[in-house]
Amino acid sequence: MEVTERAFERLVRDHQDRIFALGLALTGNRHDAEEVAQDTFLRAYRALVTYAPERVRDLKQKAWLHQIAVNVVRNRVRGNRPRLVELNGSEPDARTGPEEDVMRKAEIDELAARVACLPPRYREAVVLRHVQELSYAEVADALGQPVGTVKANVHRGLKLLRGEDHADGDV
Amino acid sequence: MPTVMFDLKRLGDVKAPPGFAERVLAQAGMADSYAVFETVLGPVYVAWNRLGVSAAMRSKSSAEFEQWFREDIGRRLVQADPPAGLASRIEDQLQGKRRMQFDLRGLTPFSQAVLRKTLEIPRGQVRPYGWIAREIGHPAAVRAVGTALANNPIPYFIPCHRVIRSDGVIGNYGGGGPEAKKNILTLEGVQLKRLQDLARAGLRYEGVRSTRVFCFPTCYHGRAARQENFVFFHDESEARAAGYRPCKHCRPAEVA
Repeated sequence: MEVTERAFERLVRDHQDRIFALGLALTGNRHDAEEVAQDTFLRAYRALVTYAPERVRDLKQKAWLHQIAVNVVRNRVRGNRPRLVELNGSEPDARTGPEEDVMRKAEIDELAARVACLPPRYREAVVLRHVQELSYAEVADALGQPVGTVKANVHRGLKLLRGEDHADGDV
Repeated sequence: MPTVMFDLKRLGDVKAPPGFAERVLAQAGMADSYAVFETVLGPVYVAWNRLGVSAAMRSKSSAEFEQWFREDIGRRLVQADPPAGLASRIEDQLQGKRRMQFDLRGLTPFSQAVLRKTLEIPRGQVRPYGWIAREIGHPAAVRAVGTALANNPIPYFIPCHRVIRSDGVIGNYGGGGPEAKKNILTLEGVQLKRLQDLARAGLRYEGVRSTRVFCFPTCYHGRAARQENFVFFHDESEARAAGYRPCKHCRPAEVA
C-alpha cells in the first residue's frame, strides 16, 4: 500500500503538466481541463491499488495515462455536454502560474478552444500527435485505432485547423 | 502549415495549475485538507479527510498549523476550500448539538479508546482521569490516560478539557494550557468554583436524599433536587454505606 502511494505521488508529479495540457486541448478550457486531469489520476489510482507490484513497475505510464484521459473525456461528452460559453472564449482563472503571462495565456486558451471545436475523432488524433507529441504507434494504441486511421484523422484535423475546406480533403 | 503545428506544440507546454498535485493526492485520500474556521473559541485550524475531521488546533498561522500537523500526524496536508456544511457541523459539534466523524487512524488502540470514551462526556460536565481508565477497562492506567489526552490531535471537538484531576486541579491542557481549559469549561457552563471547593474539602460525590443515587458533582442527574436534599461523600464506600447506589448516567462507580 505504502509503495503504491509513493508510486502514485511520483506519477502525479511527473505527468501532471502533460495530462493537464491534454485536458486543455481536448476540452478547450482550463476548468474542464483540471476536472479531466483529476479524474484521470483518480482512475489511475484506483487501478494502481489493484495491480501487482511488477505490473506497476512495468507500466508504460505515459501511454497508459493518455489512454485513461481520452476515455475520461469521451465519457464526459457522453454524460454532460460542455457548456458553450466556455467553448467560445477563455475563462478568467485566478490560478494561472506566474510563468504564463496574460497575453500568452489568452492566445493559448483561444487555440485550445479552436482545437476543442474539431470533431472528436480528429481532435483526439491531432492532440495526441501534435500537442502531446506521441508517435503514430502510441496514438494508435491510446485510441484503439489502426495507425492508418490515425494518420488520416490527424491529416484531416490539421486541415480543418488551417481553415481549409473539409470536403476538399475528403475527396 | 508549420505555424499550426508549432502552435499546437506550445499548447502542450501548458503547466498544471499550482496545487494541482496536492488536490489530486487529497482526493485519493493520501493527503488531508485544512482550512481555518471562525468559532466560539476564536479561529481554529481544522484538518479533515474522507474519514472525518483528523486534527484541530488554535494555531497562530497556517505555517504553524502545517508544521504541527506534519510533526504530530505525519501525513501530507493541503489548504483547501471546506466542503459545504463543514462549517455548520463544526459549530454544532462545539455546541454539543450534533456528533461529527473523526479520523483517529495513526493513534494507538489505547489512545483511540480514551478519546472515544471522552466523546461520551456531556457538555457542561467533567470526569476524573481515573473514570476514563476504569471505563475503558484499564483501571490502573490513569497516567497513560493523561498522556493520551494531552496528545489529543482534535482538542475542543474531542472534549479532553472535560477530564480533570479528581483533587479538583484542572490539570494541563494540550489545546492552550490550563487557562484555556478553564475558559472553555466555563463557556460550557461548568461551575468551576463550586467544583473546586468540593474537591478541596475532599468531597468527590454528590447524592440526592430522595433518590438515594450518588453522582459526580457535575452530572445532570438530580439537578432538579432541592438544595437541602443534597449530601456529599468522600468516596464510594462512604456513599454505599449510607445506602446510595451509583448513578447510571455518570457512572461514578461500577454498578454492583
